[in-house]
Amino acid sequence: MNGYNFAYLDEGTKRMIRRALLKAVAVPGHQVPFGSREMPLAYGWGTGGIQVTAAVIGQADVLKVIDQGSDDTTNAVNIRRFFARTTGGRTTERTAEATIIQTRHRIPERPLTEAQILVYQVPQPEPLYKLEARRRETLKLHAFAEYGLMNVKLYEDIAQWGRIDTTYDYPVLVNGRYVMSPSPIPSFDNPKMHRMPALQLFGAGREKRLYAIPPWTDVKSLDFDDHPFRIEPQGHACALCGCTASYLDEILMEDGRTQWTCSDTDHCREQQENRA
Amino acid sequence: MNPVLDIDGVRKRFTLHLRDGLQLPVLDGVSLQVGAGECVALVGPSGRGKSTLMKCLYGSYAVDEGSLWLHRASGERIDLARAEPRQVLALRRREIAYVSQFLRSLPRQPALDVVAERILEADPADPETDADPLDDTPYLAALEAARAQAGALLARLNLPEGLWGLPPATFSGGEQQRVNIARGFIEPARLLLLDEPTASLDAANRRVVIELIQEARRRGSAIVGIFHDEEVRDAVATRRFDFTES
Amino acid sequence: MSHPVLRVQGLGHRFEGARDGAWAVREAGFELHPGEVLAIVGESGSGKSTLLNCIAGRLAPAEGQVLYRCRDDREIDVHRVGERERRELSRTEWGFVEQQAHEGLRMNVSAGANVGERLMGQGERRYAALRDTATRWLARVELDPARLDDSPREFSGGMRQRLQIARNLVTRPRLVLMDEPTSGLDVSVQARLLDLIRLLVGRLHLSAIVVTHDLGVARLLAHRTLVMRQGRIVEQGLTDRVFDDPQHPYTQLLVSSVVSA
Repeated sequence: MNGYNFAYLDEGTKRMIRRALLKAVAVPGHQVPFGSREMPLAYGWGTGGIQVTAAVIGQADVLKVIDQGSDDTTNAVNIRRFFARTTGGRTTERTAEATIIQTRHRIPERPLTEAQILVYQVPQPEPLYKLEARRRETLKLHAFAEYGLMNVKLYEDIAQWGRIDTTYDYPVLVNGRYVMSPSPIPSFDNPKMHRMPALQLFGAGREKRLYAIPPWTDVKSLDFDDHPFRIEPQGHACALCGCTASYLDEILMEDGRTQWTCSDTDHCREQQENRA
Repeated sequence: MNPVLDIDGVRKRFTLHLRDGLQLPVLDGVSLQVGAGECVALVGPSGRGKSTLMKCLYGSYAVDEGSLWLHRASGERIDLARAEPRQVLALRRREIAYVSQFLRSLPRQPALDVVAERILEADPADPETDADPLDDTPYLAALEAARAQAGALLARLNLPEGLWGLPPATFSGGEQQRVNIARGFIEPARLLLLDEPTASLDAANRRVVIELIQEARRRGSAIVGIFHDEEVRDAVATRRFDFTES
Repeated sequence: MSHPVLRVQGLGHRFEGARDGAWAVREAGFELHPGEVLAIVGESGSGKSTLLNCIAGRLAPAEGQVLYRCRDDREIDVHRVGERERRELSRTEWGFVEQQAHEGLRMNVSAGANVGERLMGQGERRYAALRDTATRWLARVELDPARLDDSPREFSGGMRQRLQIARNLVTRPRLVLMDEPTSGLDVSVQARLLDLIRLLVGRLHLSAIVVTHDLGVARLLAHRTLVMRQGRIVEQGLTDRVFDDPQHPYTQLLVSSVVSA
């Protein structure tokens, strides 16, 4: 394996991360600090996600990596290759075949199973960050479950836009206790987190924190009684597979027209095959 | 006679620390009793402590020795010289009224409200029943009723209605004095302290004040007053207390 | 008579590394009863703000206690209960009006959110109700309710203070602490703000402690006044008694120094 330890990280580091992950799983939604290492890619490109994956991946695992739903962006390709080289293990683009899925900014459309782990790349783990930048203070707010401030954010959205306008990174309440940032996934994906059979792990490399949602955990998007959480229908069908229930990307074509296609490329492929 | 007010051996001196502790003895063992319905006029040259005694009774000045017993309507008595601040405040709301020569009122309060507020203060709202601080309805109703009462008394004192909505700071001496009097007399008080109540008033209004004092006496108030106006003094005083000798 | 809302006993505080080991506050003691307004007056360095911060639970005193009687009639030692309880009290039963409004407000959210935050923290889950309450409170502090969605950055100093007051009073606190609430404002703005404070304290039956260097503010607002000098309370009593018949040399100096308009 070219002189690297299995999955790049030394065993001591993996042990440290696994301990942190166990703690995170034991306290769903609670941010656990960890000794984030220097990784061979820059901050902001998924160092947290990579470290989490590196700590949990085994020889028998099959890894899928997506970036905004797509397997073939530069970032996804590089991370997939990185793990292929440092583990010698199998990788795939098919959600159904993967045991570990590392993702940036999307949850796969296909429902996941208890046999799978979803690893999210998180830029800013603190959901209150925009309103309270002081870490000392947010630690206390979480510890004392003082979440009035989170509702202030939602109130402001409604006051400004007439509805809760947070379209991604929409805060959630996990297991009825901790408010958590789901990472910049579209709010369209939030419902998938609720009672998901797969284990969900979240890694923020630059901020040096990780958190987790164990399988089958309640995850509720924050809202007001008279402004409940809702997904706005996009009102289009995928130009490639015709699906209306998946999250669509709007793409500007060369001739200036726009086209809507499934963000999750594997899902789109599967839909197309089913229709054929 | 069970006096309403029993002043016993009151001594007070001013110590001027800014003048190297110069001491000015003002009250030197004053004793006096005042019963319900009595109006005792304090007489004597100025600077002998008459106003000082009034302020001690009101709680604005401290007392060094002696007692100022007030026998309350409930039967219990309290020494004003030693009362706790909140006790003095409670007494000022209902049982003690003070009319001085100078009107001290809130800077921007209209004359009508200066008087009306005295009525509201005497019967403060119960915090428990005043459930909604954003609902002013009961408060405004009480305020309107108080204003009506206040207006009647101001009218009796011949204060032009056009002035009722203005803060008294801009009034003439006589106009301010009438607001002062109205505030002092609007609520029946067990102890009424009057320090030159008719200063700056014309004959007609002096007569109104005399009537008000008589009515207060008939209601059983104990009155202590300083009246330099002999006509007024002769009309209202049931007794004199001479400060020249004390 | 009912129980005091607040009992301060033998309170003392010294800042670490203070010059000559000087005490910022020494042997401070007083009681505050329901519905009373107490002014703490003194010049810079008198210790009045330090005393206020100890009372507010923000500063742990080196000596003495601050005993507060809660709404449920328990008396607690403010510095002995856990931080969680102290924080909760400061959001529900207490109010603190800062001298600088921007320290007591969230400048980056709307006026309505500022007023509604405490309610949201208490579990209010209806957006419409929050808005309605916030609107009524803006009117109560004489701000234009149409400015509900405006940012406090667009408000003048006097308006920001009014907003701060609304933000604090929305949970109907029993005890309101104010640190120089009107300093830095224009004289006419100060005057109207003082009138508002006086009105609200009366209407809401608040107990309040107002720290001020301005004797006129004490006269206007306070039933009782404490005079502080170099960390000690040198005189206390009925406000008009303290100012009309000052006993302590320092109080006499203070009163004689005031320039009347």
